[in-house]
Amino acid sequence: MTDVPGIEKILSAARPKAIAALVRNFRDLDAAEDAFQEACLRALKTWPVNGPPRDAAAWLIFVGRNVALDTLRRKRKEEALPSEETISNTEDAEGRMAEQLDDAHYRDDILRLLFVCCDPVLPSNQQIALALRIISGLSVKEIARAFLVSEAAMEQRITRAKRKVGVSQVPFESPGAVERSERLAAVATVIYLIFNEGYAASGGSAHVKTMLCEEAIRLARLLLRLFPGEPEIMGLTALLLLQHARQKARLDADGAIVVLEDQDRSLWHSGFIAEGLALIDKAVRHGRPGPYQVQAAIAALHAQARHSEDTDWEQIDLLYGTLERMQPSPIVTLNRSVAVAKVKGPATALAMIEPLDAQLSGYFYFFGVKGAFLMQLGRISDAKVAFDQAIARANTAAEAAHIRTQIDRLIRESEKGGVTAIT
Amino acid sequence: MQYAILCYHSEDVVCSWTKEEDDAVMSKLMVAQDGFAKAGKLGPVARLMPTTAATTLRKDSDPPLVIDGPFAETKEQLLGFYIVDCESLDEVLGFARELARANPGGAYEIRPVAFFQSGAASSAEMA
Repeated sequence: MTDVPGIEKILSAARPKAIAALVRNFRDLDAAEDAFQEACLRALKTWPVNGPPRDAAAWLIFVGRNVALDTLRRKRKEEALPSEETISNTEDAEGRMAEQLDDAHYRDDILRLLFVCCDPVLPSNQQIALALRIISGLSVKEIARAFLVSEAAMEQRITRAKRKVGVSQVPFESPGAVERSERLAAVATVIYLIFNEGYAASGGSAHVKTMLCEEAIRLARLLLRLFPGEPEIMGLTALLLLQHARQKARLDADGAIVVLEDQDRSLWHSGFIAEGLALIDKAVRHGRPGPYQVQAAIAALHAQARHSEDTDWEQIDLLYGTLERMQPSPIVTLNRSVAVAKVKGPATALAMIEPLDAQLSGYFYFFGVKGAFLMQLGRISDAKVAFDQAIARANTAAEAAHIRTQIDRLIRESEKGGVTAIT
Repeated sequence: MQYAILCYHSEDVVCSWTKEEDDAVMSKLMVAQDGFAKAGKLGPVARLMPTTAATTLRKDSDPPLVIDGPFAETKEQLLGFYIVDCESLDEVLGFARELARANPGGAYEIRPVAFFQSGAASSAEMA
């Protein structure tokens, strides 16, 4: 694939490795980015003629370093520039570089780079923006579009983030086991946030949203390739794949949200589901459960139900119970209540979420679920109050419209005696 | 003689294909295989999931050790294989060249098959 689009694919695939190694070299994000950019320009010039090198990342690192040195020399006016051929003809150098750049070497470099971008000192929106810019190489314009802010505002957000993270403060020696697992956890969180940004039903075009989800999956796979034996990273990757598998079925032709129960399951991506299930299967063998594995297991149960009636709600309820113990949160309890309603009925489910009133009073989904339970219990006027509260808290017109559609449906179904919940 | 064509490609690159790009490559490959399939020379064809889904059983220890990930960390990964029935290496190479035109990049390793058992689990739905 030596045409320009093919080369661009190869460049973007090599980017995390190359940038990570260049950051090690220059100890500076901007310098590493500039060097990578230069190396890419040379690649676009020479690869269509000579064909891409076997190890694109090694080539880019080598050329990136040379170009930077070159610039430095030019500044110092110490010696004449090497000819273009000398810089570009690096095929011979690859062999020599291979030993310095084995995968173990890349592994800590990439984890360090990921960790720098996911530094907990940054607010999460800066972590996400920085990771997408530096590691994924998305343009400022693309990131700005995904977050519905102006390009200038996004540029500023990224610059601010870069200033705050001290590349030099993250030690360059190989981290110890505890430190490594802390870094992994921080990075996993940011990957999850990137995915959620893409998965959220509101804001941004479908195209931009899909790009974020795919980018998150790419980063999760990258992380898993570096740390193949980490069950939580398997769980995270599985979770993202299983959620993303439903992407095509989540919106109807008009762009309105289709709830899980109503989705056309034939539109689900069977390849992603199969891969997600394979990863959970691998993860569970380790006997070291964690929140991502449990969430992935819940997503797997949904994915495995051919029809919504086949869903194993009992198992889902148990898994949410496990998740509540691992990571207590009113949101988890709220999600669990939907499963509880299916297994034990709406009265039990309602009793479960009523104490959450104070914590979730600003959350539209809480009132939507509450309204659904009340409706199922035949408390129509209480249900309507809850639904009005939900609509008042909707973040977007689309969310409000979604709730209204659901309310209409609930009213129709309660007249028929059906049972459902807004999800 | 039967040959295995082992397909190596950079997983980083293949995994960054969009759905549309992936579909386009797959359909070009289907066209490239067509002649062989019609001539009855095409055996089982498999595309493997990414190496992140791989598990390795190291049997050089007793009991064998289960390790997550592929057997070998390589620059290009084993991502699929074909089994074909050909008269000569030249014929296999010709077929592999057609596949290469449909899906450039990476490498095909061609290995004569010493023993082959087609088995029963061969339906396309298995994937």
